[in-house]
Amino acid sequence: MAEYKLELKGICKSFPGVKALDNVQLSLRPGTVHALMGENGAGKSTLMKCLFGIYKMDAGEIYLDGQKIEVNNPDEAMKHGIAMVHQELQPVPARSVAENLYLGRFPTKNIGPIKLIDHKTMYAETEKWLKEVKMDFDPKAQLGTLSVGQMQSVEIAKAVSQQAKVVIFDEPTSSLSDNEVEALFRIMNDLRDKGVTMVYISHKMDEIKRIADDITVMRDGTYVGTWPAAELSTDQIIAKMVGRELTNVYPERDSKPGEVVMEVKNLSSIHSNSFQDVSFTLRKGEILGFGGLVGAQRTELMEGIFGIRGVASGEVYMHGKKVKIKRPIDAMNAGIGLITEDRRGNGIFGCLSIKDNVGVSIYNKYLKAKIILDHKKINSIVDESIKKLSIKTPSMNEHIANLSGGNQQKVIISRWLANDPDVLIMDEPTRGIDVGAKHEIYEIMNELASQGKAIIMISSEMSELLGMADRICVMCNGKLTGEIDQPEEMTQARVMSFATKF
Amino acid sequence: MAKTNQQKVKDFLINNGVIIVMFILVIYTGLTSNNFFTSNNLMNILMNMSSRLVIALGIAGCVITAGCDLSAGRMIGLGACISGVLLQRIDYSGKFFPDMEPLNVVVVALIAMAICAAFGTVTGFFIAYLSVPPFIATLAMMEIVYGLGLIFTGATPLGGYVKEYTNVANGKFLGINYLIWIAIIVAIVTWFIFNMTRHGKYMYAIGGNPQAAEVAGVPVKTTLILIYMKAAAMYGLAGFMLGAKAGGASVQTGYGYEMEAIAACTIGGVSVTGGRGKVSSAIIGVAVFELLKVALQYLGVDANAQYVAIGIVIFIAISLDIRKYIAKK
Repeated sequence: MAEYKLELKGICKSFPGVKALDNVQLSLRPGTVHALMGENGAGKSTLMKCLFGIYKMDAGEIYLDGQKIEVNNPDEAMKHGIAMVHQELQPVPARSVAENLYLGRFPTKNIGPIKLIDHKTMYAETEKWLKEVKMDFDPKAQLGTLSVGQMQSVEIAKAVSQQAKVVIFDEPTSSLSDNEVEALFRIMNDLRDKGVTMVYISHKMDEIKRIADDITVMRDGTYVGTWPAAELSTDQIIAKMVGRELTNVYPERDSKPGEVVMEVKNLSSIHSNSFQDVSFTLRKGEILGFGGLVGAQRTELMEGIFGIRGVASGEVYMHGKKVKIKRPIDAMNAGIGLITEDRRGNGIFGCLSIKDNVGVSIYNKYLKAKIILDHKKINSIVDESIKKLSIKTPSMNEHIANLSGGNQQKVIISRWLANDPDVLIMDEPTRGIDVGAKHEIYEIMNELASQGKAIIMISSEMSELLGMADRICVMCNGKLTGEIDQPEEMTQARVMSFATKF
Repeated sequence: MAKTNQQKVKDFLINNGVIIVMFILVIYTGLTSNNFFTSNNLMNILMNMSSRLVIALGIAGCVITAGCDLSAGRMIGLGACISGVLLQRIDYSGKFFPDMEPLNVVVVALIAMAICAAFGTVTGFFIAYLSVPPFIATLAMMEIVYGLGLIFTGATPLGGYVKEYTNVANGKFLGINYLIWIAIIVAIVTWFIFNMTRHGKYMYAIGGNPQAAEVAGVPVKTTLILIYMKAAAMYGLAGFMLGAKAGGASVQTGYGYEMEAIAACTIGGVSVTGGRGKVSSAIIGVAVFELLKVALQYLGVDANAQYVAIGIVIFIAISLDIRKYIAKK
């Protein structure tokens, strides 16, 4: 038997403008759980997607039991006995457990010349595989009626049923309850005893210490090293994950935070697994960073403040006055703006012009005789912001879809500036934007802060967070786990330790 | 991106393909039949277009928000019946309200619009507040309106209208029938709403990206209700117009017109995926539809085969239209 069950060597993968993986390696000993660690964007998921054939790698080799293999698509990966339990489950919720388990490979029987699905076999087999992962529910149950943890066990059962020898778990516990995590670990231990090799991606340090045999750390798309899990302390792992020099791409700014503009008190979501009991204050002219791992509920918190998501309890004060925010329009009237994380999903209107994209939030402000839009005034506002934020476009009537990501983001910023808010919440303001445009966005943010606007910036990029924020709140698992306001304390290690305080 | 002239010509031909083919067909028909290009025939086509345009402009608002309105046809029938019962001659033997004096025509048109608008508001409420998909919500309203219309009229056709009412179709102002003037006014008002009011802008925003509209502070729910209310009022008006033209009405008046209106809108360039469409789109779409029907008639194409031709035109027109947006990605 080869020393390693699976080896990845010299994997490289580029996306337009980004080198996501640069000569990465990974060696899995047979029958072990191998933790793959790194910050958001370190390239963990990308590496696993290359292994699983979802992405085509630019260079690199995969060896299974010492034999070189080719993986061009997930189907081929599965034929080699590699299975993946995805970070975001991709099931068909409206169909039964059994149908999901056998999706794309239904057992069939022939009746004369007609091929039919063999339901009896399918249900019987499903029951068997569910027992295998110590789960006991009806194979005919509709998948959507199960909890997230149960759905995950269906995914695992699917992997097991395919006789997988290597199973990849991509952040499987990010949306599980404690009990479900325990159940998952029992299954994983079980699989390990049967000789299955597993890759485990997670940010949760205590879980890693419990379940992992080996740890590989990645950083910025490169390989840092592999160590036996027992040899590393939590602090050492964090140090290895973040240990990099910050490049000085962040423009300097003298920050003089003024009086408190906004205060959030004990805000809790209507969902118990989302943000709970969050309190913070925001001052005039400051940039308040919100750090945390993916799934820390930062976006949900901001959308809760803005009236997009349900809030069960807690208050928001603007300029010392309590404000009731039920819908986004209430937040806007209170002087809050929100630039959402998912620009395409709930930011831009792709089929509309730049003018309409900027104008949409001010059309109720500039009216003649209370009915007719004051196009002249609106045009001048739009024109001005195109100039001010140097949006590269032939005219304001250009469709926003024809602009680059950076320019689209500037259009969205213009939309909110046209509304003149006191507080601007920017959720991942530079996601999917090239380096040059990023710098411009940072300069716009600094400019706004020095004009006295208060900015909340959610960022999953550690360097951006440390480089831009005057003060950092860190969230983990829906709770505010730390606040860092002394410049000398703003270090990556400190943010990470708060961010992993589960 | 610089495009060669050849490419530009090609793009133009593809983007306006249906209209160009339409023009060729109309010119061909005009040259081969001697009474196609007469003012009488032209006026006839415009008369037919007028009520169709009012319907299409109503439905365009729904389609721009990525919705649709299947209840349009039955609402037209209801509007026509309401107008009919209120405008029968006092001496007409089968009069619905035997002792009631006929009302003023303008008042009747407004009553028909208001009653239909009330039903449209209910549809809009279900769509906006209870998230019922427009297809289903309007389907439900279609059944309700039809049923109520049957109960109300006892399924008997109406006739014996006062002269003032039939005059809405036959009477002329500046040599153009009142019916056409009504359509022109509705088109202008709709253009104004679409382009000059925030309601219109909100409508495009909701059609373009409802989530983003919500985040940008657009009152999505009230806007949706207004759209379905406004559309229903226009169906009521169209029913009034059709009754005047035909000199009679029944609940079956306008049956199936919703499909033709949706088809006309899409032919003209209103995108069923939402966010795109103008008043001119509806006008072009309705014109293409009506001209096609008349031209085929003049060319002596079998009446039954005309349906096949119309179906083919819809297939081609929509394929070309969709192509414009796919190419942009």
